[in-house]
Amino acid sequence: MDEPLSESGPLRVLIADDSDSDRLILKTMVARQGHEVIVAADGFEAVAQYRRYLPEIVLLDVLMPRLDGMEAARQIKALAGEVLVPIIFLTSLSDADALARCLEAGGDDFLPKPYNRIVIEAKINAFNRMRLLQRTLSHQRDLIHARNENLLSEQQVARRVFDNIAHTGCLDAPNIHYHASPLSIFNGDVLFACPRPSGGMHLLTGDFTGHGLPAAIGAMPVAEIFYGMTSKGFGCGDVLREINQKLKRILPAGMFCCAAFVEADFHLNEIRVWNGGLPDAYLLARGGTIQSLPSTHLPLGVLEPDRFSADVEYLRTEPGDSLLIVTDGILEAENEVGEMYGEARLRASLATVPRDCSVFDAVLAGIREFTGATSVQDDLTVVTMEMVDEQALAELPHRISPSALQGPATWHCSYSVSGNSLAQFNPLPLLLHICMEVPGLRRCSGEIYTLLSELYSNALEHGILELPSHWKNSPEGFGHYYAERERRLSSVDGQGICFTLDYHTTAEGGCLSIVCEDTGKGFDVSALTEPQVSPARYAGRGLELLRQFSDSLTFDESGSRVEVLYYWHINERPLQG
Amino acid sequence: MAVHTRRDDDGQTLIIHIEGRFDFSTHQAFRDAYEHGDQDVSAYVIDMSSATYLDSSALGMLLLLRDYAGGDSARIVIENCNSDVRRILTISNFEKLFSIR
Repeated sequence: MDEPLSESGPLRVLIADDSDSDRLILKTMVARQGHEVIVAADGFEAVAQYRRYLPEIVLLDVLMPRLDGMEAARQIKALAGEVLVPIIFLTSLSDADALARCLEAGGDDFLPKPYNRIVIEAKINAFNRMRLLQRTLSHQRDLIHARNENLLSEQQVARRVFDNIAHTGCLDAPNIHYHASPLSIFNGDVLFACPRPSGGMHLLTGDFTGHGLPAAIGAMPVAEIFYGMTSKGFGCGDVLREINQKLKRILPAGMFCCAAFVEADFHLNEIRVWNGGLPDAYLLARGGTIQSLPSTHLPLGVLEPDRFSADVEYLRTEPGDSLLIVTDGILEAENEVGEMYGEARLRASLATVPRDCSVFDAVLAGIREFTGATSVQDDLTVVTMEMVDEQALAELPHRISPSALQGPATWHCSYSVSGNSLAQFNPLPLLLHICMEVPGLRRCSGEIYTLLSELYSNALEHGILELPSHWKNSPEGFGHYYAERERRLSSVDGQGICFTLDYHTTAEGGCLSIVCEDTGKGFDVSALTEPQVSPARYAGRGLELLRQFSDSLTFDESGSRVEVLYYWHINERPLQG
Repeated sequence: MAVHTRRDDDGQTLIIHIEGRFDFSTHQAFRDAYEHGDQDVSAYVIDMSSATYLDSSALGMLLLLRDYAGGDSARIVIENCNSDVRRILTISNFEKLFSIR
């Protein structure tokens, strides 16, 4: 309570009695106890005096001319409204029915005639305590109500701030379907999706321990890191490590974020999944097979950075496959008799997805049918991501914001990564960042990132690690490819990749030259000139992409040095934003 | 919900017995169980034989105990979990932090 409402001072007491002598006796007794007394000679006058003086306690004779005590009591109670004004009837009646009618009319007690000083004093004190208690309670109720209103409006504002930070992503992409409560952030659930500069996207579903403000506060840096790093071209491992170390640093022990992270590449038709503490995710192949992706890591924010593992599961996919991720709210959704939905029921609903129904709709329908609720409960998040043809997502907005700065007109930069760093460091975000200093290149960030990343992965995986890309054509080979990639990356001493960037402005725009050299053995360049035959090293669509996006592509004789030229033209496309 | 503690025969292991739902409402009782213990406690056993359910805030409480007991050097055993409790611990990969049996 803000202020104590104790009140031991004198009270204002209204006495209404048509008998002059009775009234005088009572008035004298009450006044002697130190109270201020107002008198009335009938019910009509009593109501008028009540209006005028607003006494704290009213003593009413039952039988009075003009307006009797019962009707006066009714009117005074109506005037008092929510405030408790104890009304004590003065009566010599002993008829039980008459006494009961007095209480029905709003009376609180009786005071029998003839009056007894001690009883009067005790009753006035008792009703005063009750009056104060009621006042305290209603004051507290009003306070709670006001604070609750306040909290709700603060949450609305916080929600808007959060939306600005968190929901600038691509959750509205046509291949993503999700259910999340509008105030889910205060349930501790987060859901972010962001396109990658090279195409594809990152999807993060998280569930913070606890509820309310602490969970919401933890979600802010996660959103910032997720969107910031993804837009700059960082891969899922880097983003996960950064989020984990940030949460570990800022959250108190005992608070963490169960999460699933998905990196989808629609071009290569691959996904990488990291699950730390969420229920099994599921990959539903268009052909009907279902693969569980159980949690294999501790949640984010638990482990120190040096013990954290960002190892992902690589999965080969086909357009039309769907990935499903849920938070534990779905498994704990209860029906009328308190049973939980559970994993078995979820799996059953996945096994029987009707032909004309999306996985998302089937899952939600399953929960609705089980819980019997018309709307799905608030504290669960369900998201599906469908693998699609890359072209279908061409229109996703990128988040690199336009800048008013002119940027450099002519520059040169050379950057080498070697040895262990090849395994531990991804130079692409840095190289992309350098290129993005040129406003004209910024609007082509996707194409430039693709050029850089295709050059880099070709140099690393095929040039240095000598991994044959045809391995990836079969499901077994696919897993083998990535296992072998990890293994070979641990022994790359003396190997390196060097990027040399040259940029100059031209009359129509600018020209960027990217040279990528690696220390690998190279390959037979002459094979490139033969039509329809792809050399082993560029068996994938990498070469096709490089050709498509660049204005010129040249290999030196050894095959371990590639140069691409990229021109941009002022009048080609209007600047975005 | 209730939390009871007792010492193992060697006197250095504190056994914390959880009854009913292990969730946020247990927070204070669980903390009191280990924080008011004597200095000579060197190992902890969380007895889940009467625990019916465990939520994520309980996972948080287990992490708090782990921190209190020395982080990576903490000696904490979680035992007698029912299948629901076990499932939650497994999903969160708490085997990596605690000895669960």
